[in-house]
Amino acid sequence: MSELPYHSQPETNQKDTAVANENVAVKSPQNGTRFSVGIDLGTTHCVLSYADLNHIDDEEFSPQVMAIPQLTSPGSVEEKQQLPSFIYQAHEAELAEDSTSLPWTARPDHLVGEIARNLGSKTPIRLVASAKSWLCHTGVDCKAPILPAEAPDEVVRVSPFQATTAYLQHLCDAWQSLHPDAPLDQQDVVITVPASFDPAARELTVEAARAVGLDQAILLEEPQAALYSWIEKSHGDWRKHAEVGDIILVVDIGGGTTDLSLIAVTQQEGNLELNRVAVGDHILLGGDNMDLALAYTVKAKLEKEGKRLEPWQLQALTHSCRDAKEKIFNNLGLDNVPLVVASRGSSLIGGTLRTDLTREEVNRVLVEGFMPKVAVSDRPISRARTGLRTAGLPYAQDAGITRHLAAFLTKQQGATDELTDINLPEHASFLHPSAVLFNGGVLKADALADRLMEVLNSWLSAEQAPEARLLTGADLDLAVARGAAYYGYVRKGKGVRIKGGTAASYYVGIESAMPAVPGMAPEIQALCIAPFGMEEGTQQELRDDEFGLVIGEPVRFRFFASNTRREDKVGTRLDYWTNDELYELDEIEITLPEDGRRPGEVVPVHLSAAVTEVGTLELQAVSQKDNGRWKIEFDVRAGE
Amino acid sequence: MNTYAIDLSLKPTTFDLWHVCLAGTVVLLLLILIVLLLSIVISQIRGKKKSVIQQAEPIVKIVEKIVEVEKPVHAPIPEPVILKEATPDAALQLLGLLQKEARFIDFVKEDITGFSDADIGVAARVVHEGCNKAINDHFTLAPVRSEQEGSKVALPEGFDAATVRLTGNIVGTAPFTGTLVHKGWQVTGIRLPKLTSGYNAAIVAPAEVEL
Repeated sequence: MSELPYHSQPETNQKDTAVANENVAVKSPQNGTRFSVGIDLGTTHCVLSYADLNHIDDEEFSPQVMAIPQLTSPGSVEEKQQLPSFIYQAHEAELAEDSTSLPWTARPDHLVGEIARNLGSKTPIRLVASAKSWLCHTGVDCKAPILPAEAPDEVVRVSPFQATTAYLQHLCDAWQSLHPDAPLDQQDVVITVPASFDPAARELTVEAARAVGLDQAILLEEPQAALYSWIEKSHGDWRKHAEVGDIILVVDIGGGTTDLSLIAVTQQEGNLELNRVAVGDHILLGGDNMDLALAYTVKAKLEKEGKRLEPWQLQALTHSCRDAKEKIFNNLGLDNVPLVVASRGSSLIGGTLRTDLTREEVNRVLVEGFMPKVAVSDRPISRARTGLRTAGLPYAQDAGITRHLAAFLTKQQGATDELTDINLPEHASFLHPSAVLFNGGVLKADALADRLMEVLNSWLSAEQAPEARLLTGADLDLAVARGAAYYGYVRKGKGVRIKGGTAASYYVGIESAMPAVPGMAPEIQALCIAPFGMEEGTQQELRDDEFGLVIGEPVRFRFFASNTRREDKVGTRLDYWTNDELYELDEIEITLPEDGRRPGEVVPVHLSAAVTEVGTLELQAVSQKDNGRWKIEFDVRAGE
Repeated sequence: MNTYAIDLSLKPTTFDLWHVCLAGTVVLLLLILIVLLLSIVISQIRGKKKSVIQQAEPIVKIVEKIVEVEKPVHAPIPEPVILKEATPDAALQLLGLLQKEARFIDFVKEDITGFSDADIGVAARVVHEGCNKAINDHFTLAPVRSEQEGSKVALPEGFDAATVRLTGNIVGTAPFTGTLVHKGWQVTGIRLPKLTSGYNAAIVAPAEVEL
């Protein structure tokens, strides 16, 4: 048995917060912290990486990726580096007794991982997928059992929150069975979230971590984690590859989502500093869309030949398209890969469908379809949604990732205005990145990576800017988890830390005081309660704006965010804004409890916003009379 | 009452009753100790003999197969050779994996006489691709000899006869030189799925019923 040495945790950059709320205060250092653990809670896969902190003084950081035991089919358990983020809600008669045991439990609450994906590919009505995308989908209650969305009534549903908790629980249990002497709740745990996650989704992720006992877990944005992983892999050499004035564009194209972030390299007293200056919108577009696009292309080809495909054949075709695509991308000499879809019956030879996938098709569908050569002035095409979309994720309507990138860079043109080390040319029509870091399995394909660089560089040369260079050396599949583990090490004061703060400014909607006009909704003003780039551990109070809250009656505010308005201070009131500038999030709600007060009493309060060390935004109402504080809830649809 | 005061300067000058008793006890204990030690040593030697025999087993088995018992193998002790019995579960599990990934059983059990080579070729792709995946996922394979096939190789004295099989004109003594006909394969890593208690390995592929 190895000893568990005591590690003190010097908190860097920790500013004093006057907030007397238990959630704001960072957990005190604990005995027995031995590992820094990074959890990549992905839309399609989860990865857990960890590193021993005992050798922290050796300046040697060697993260490992945990092999996660999981059921792969009924009755068989295998260890894999990735845990597919799927849950399968099996019918009670579907699986034999004792065929779903795991090393740590005979009857797991949910079927998670490879088995869920395998069984779900044949029975999609019982498959819970993309729970993470639902977490930041405004307009649904993330704690209501709504998944699988398309399932018949008798299928037991889970909430996106429960699904997230189930994935974390599986990782926790797996860790426990592999490291019985180092409980996960005593290690430094970092969980990654998309940079575009809104405050409610971040809060839900932290809550899910608490539900499995990880009270000490903190959040980190995925693109930042990818950059940390690159820094860690360069073994101190990163300073040679990045220089003052650089703007690093992190492009993360995963299985289901695309995430964009900008990180500026500045200088402070001779040391290089990294500042995360902008994040993009949450774009539901990724590798799975690409495989599906190829499958539909091949399906159309087969239908031209008069062959009709059944739904299960399309499923199998998607699978073989994924493999064929990788072969074509990895092997430049290969122009044609045969695709076969075996029959479902035991007769293999007669009923097998054969066709092929050509390099021309892959290029046309994937490279031209997803990375079209566009001008930087082009924008993603959005057409009016047809029909009612009550249940379903807001998938990106334009598959052109380069168009989304163009929109992002143009929108964030002013992101570096306040940094003196970054100088954008006068005539620039978009923010010029000087370096690019890729993340996500999709960009392992050179054809796609090269095309993305080609398009970006064509925009740059059109404005006489130097071409952006590609930062290499990252492991595109595992970088986020590795970077998250490295962040635990950085928090001990080792290595460079990316400065970030909130990725948006936040506003509450307030009705303007003006005479009512019949038939018109009252004008609304946006009152800034948290400015852009508010750092972890800081707090802002909005003392001048007083609200009267009625005890016992819930009060709701409309809630807005902006990832471009950097200059707004706390208390700034906006009368007018464009749709581009501010976007509306779910409403927030506050109910003043009755304890010690008369129901119906009006209490004058002001609002206060704090960014916790964990990385979540916390809004409170503060009584002007006696300084009592009440938390404002993001997830107002819960319990309705 | 006698009072016994301890005086370390005193020395016994003759054997009195007490000292005779003491000497007797010492001799007795010494005897017991020797007997115990001897019994432990003997039991260990026996145990070692057994394990040596067990280790030698696989070699004995292979020799039997190749030589087809022309000469009886002279073992020093005529104890019965216990051949290892392969557990059926692992074999069934491998069949299950090959069927799942590659439709292996379906392919082998199908009567292919009536089909054209083109049709069989299409199905062979499914089987080849799947077998490749199943084998790569669960085994790490490496060649036994790294030399090019067809090149000359030298086998020193005491080479491992289990990893290199001699064929053809086997005369003389080692070192041998010969042509590498097949580079050989060895499994260097194995990652078979673990099985739960409810797993019925004999069901290589469950029947599928769509509702």
